[in-house]
Amino acid sequence: MDALDRAIINNLQGGFPICDEPYRAVASLLGTTEDELLRRLDALLENGTLSRFGPMYHAERLGGGLTLAAMQIPPQDFERVVAIVNAFPEVAHNYAREHALNMWFVLATETPQRIDQVIAAIERDTGYTVHNMPKREEFFVGLRFEA
Amino acid sequence: MDMSLALQTDRTPLLLDEADRHLLAAIQSGLPLVSRPFAEIGARLGLSEADVMARLQQLQACGVIRRFGVVVRHHEVGYGANAMVVWDVPDEQVRELGRCLAEFDFITLCYRRPRHLPQWRYNLYCMIHGKTREDVMSNLEWMVNRCGLQGLPHEVLFSRRRFKQRGAVYFAEPQAAGSVREG
Repeated sequence: MDALDRAIINNLQGGFPICDEPYRAVASLLGTTEDELLRRLDALLENGTLSRFGPMYHAERLGGGLTLAAMQIPPQDFERVVAIVNAFPEVAHNYAREHALNMWFVLATETPQRIDQVIAAIERDTGYTVHNMPKREEFFVGLRFEA
Repeated sequence: MDMSLALQTDRTPLLLDEADRHLLAAIQSGLPLVSRPFAEIGARLGLSEADVMARLQQLQACGVIRRFGVVVRHHEVGYGANAMVVWDVPDEQVRELGRCLAEFDFITLCYRRPRHLPQWRYNLYCMIHGKTREDVMSNLEWMVNRCGLQGLPHEVLFSRRRFKQRGAVYFAEPQAAGSVREG
């Protein structure tokens, strides 16, 4: 990763312009060309530094459901349960964490009602309880990383 | 009905028309890497470039689109450690402490969530990302002192493995899955 890659990552985590030639506009701000910017974005996506280039939606405003859920899985059964949970397309992120509640995942669904259905389906398919930890109040969402 | 009446407006879905939904679905996995991406999206959907841009500006202005840009895999840019830190805070202090935590630039998410008694007493969550676990712990200590959190029950849940990090998908599409070990 060189200085231009870092500049792209640090300056483009928001604020992408909506105009007819947006990459050209961004490239000139970063002191490069449109072709070079497109090539770099493609490479950063290809090598997995970026998971996506595009919009991030607000679930509730879109009419969708979003929640954090946790499960307590015995270590010997963890791999089996991970495979089942991750097979649900509604599971956006899933992390193993160091706690008795050792599996934490985010569910995103097209409707809020669908959250309960997916949780019930995960409980049925895995045989373990799912603890639903929906957001009650948001103090900050500023997921930004300096490269 | 939960207790989050204060969030009523935040949770109210906006009325989107069919074309908006098609547009949001068309770009949810990424914007085309071509000189005129909005023209290309429009061509796929039977909309003009100007119409696509006007709709996206509107969707951004009303908050359906939170932000527009690169979505970084934190592990790949050197943030090898991430911890979810959870606190058991008296209900009447949650808002004040939540706002205090949210001030620090190493905090990337901060939410109030319900307790699940007796198993789970915690009601305030924040996420700390750092290059190493030591970074995360020293940031935590700094934050505890600055916000006066000494003595409040809390736990630090470091991540061990990441199984999936593909972002939310609100419109059905094929999926991919993977696993990455974390520090």
